[in-house]
Amino acid sequence: MQLTADNLACNRGGRDVFAGVSFSLAGGEALVVAGRNGAGKSSLLRLIAGLVRIAGGTLVLQGGEPEAGIAEQAHYVGHQDALKPTLSVSENLRFWADYLGAAADTVESALEAVGLAALTDLPAAYLSAGQRRRLSIARLIAAPRPIWLLDEPTSALDTPSQARLADLMRGHLAGGGLIVAAAHGPIGLERAQELRLGADG
Amino acid sequence: MDEGGGQKLRSFPRKRESRAVSSPASKELGPRFRGDERVIEASIMTAFTALLLRDIRLSLRIGGGALMGALFFLIVVTLMPFAIGPDLNLLARIGPAILWLGALLASLLALDRLFAMDQDDGSLDLLMMGRMPLELAVLAKALAHWITTGLPLVIVAPVLGLMLNVELRAMGWVTLTLLAGTPALTFIGLVGAALSVALRRGGLLLPVLTLPLTVPVLIFGVAAANAAIVGPAPFGPPFTILCALSLASLVLGPIAAAAALRHGLE
Repeated sequence: MQLTADNLACNRGGRDVFAGVSFSLAGGEALVVAGRNGAGKSSLLRLIAGLVRIAGGTLVLQGGEPEAGIAEQAHYVGHQDALKPTLSVSENLRFWADYLGAAADTVESALEAVGLAALTDLPAAYLSAGQRRRLSIARLIAAPRPIWLLDEPTSALDTPSQARLADLMRGHLAGGGLIVAAAHGPIGLERAQELRLGADG
Repeated sequence: MDEGGGQKLRSFPRKRESRAVSSPASKELGPRFRGDERVIEASIMTAFTALLLRDIRLSLRIGGGALMGALFFLIVVTLMPFAIGPDLNLLARIGPAILWLGALLASLLALDRLFAMDQDDGSLDLLMMGRMPLELAVLAKALAHWITTGLPLVIVAPVLGLMLNVELRAMGWVTLTLLAGTPALTFIGLVGAALSVALRRGGLLLPVLTLPLTVPVLIFGVAAANAAIVGPAPFGPPFTILCALSLASLVLGPIAAAAALRHGLE
């Protein structure tokens, strides 16, 4: 599968965030989006996720499911964790797994993969920032989708968790998936294309 | 339904191990990412019930707004006899109207949080990325909202009727009209809730937008209740119009709300 952006432009609130962004990403490849604050890293991810309207250019996914849009085949991990404080860890994850179309009951294995298996019944309100981030990453494991859009995925994560995330990302790429990540620092992927947004990054 | 049957066997996700994450497969798209029609249909049903149950659960837990509407309803109806005075005949005559007005205001009370909470914590973004059409997601949220805020109003209404000196038989009719009419209130308010999220204006926008649209529901709800209690007009016509309003808003509300949410993308 191939995700191709040609001359993408984005406009938010009347301001041109970026224009002329092009990249091409094949299955098993990762793209790290870099740039200063406000250069449009998050906007680019939200644009691919279908959460921001494309102001110009084209974004095409080849080789995916013919009837599903890009958004339906993508996972988006943004700054907000999309967790409900009154629901428990497993209830939160089970909901997203069901909603985003997990094929089987993958909640327990996904929690294990991010190291939250011991906290299953804890309400999400009591999680730390890093644990919340890990729980939202567990979503990616629980409901497999080929495109991962990660907005500064390593923020709030400690070193072992960062290593674990890197392992998960490598596994995803090895399975033929795509990753587009916005990051300021290294995210632990050896071979990744880099896209620099903004002139004076 | 049956086209591409050969591919179905190959791409049926359940046949795969659930933990195929690290499979050293080729660079091509693995079958675990593919779905076929039947699986997608089933997964839409799963997603619908998951969202419905989550919203019901959320509003029943501490901090949810399930009983807020019913409490407000109780307060409005309790205060009414104090304001009007102990004229039992008057109370009985305007009782159905008071109950309807209370229900209308109570059902609008919790509506503004319907999408705002999901927007605040980022859930709305993910809800829009589901396989399920956004219209259905909105419908599931609205149904959950009606079950947790509209239905309690219908259930407590007979008890409150006692305070307004509405006799028991008449109260049955009023309750029936509330049961038929409150879905319309929720589904009309749904559009306002979506718009206030999309336009990023909270609070006041919702009642200003939706109250005028709920006037027909109020008119036919009270008309049906009065027709049943005092006559002489037949109960049938206003009641069927009330049902029609509910059914029409059940269809149009989610479509309009989903359009508003999509328009709110920026």
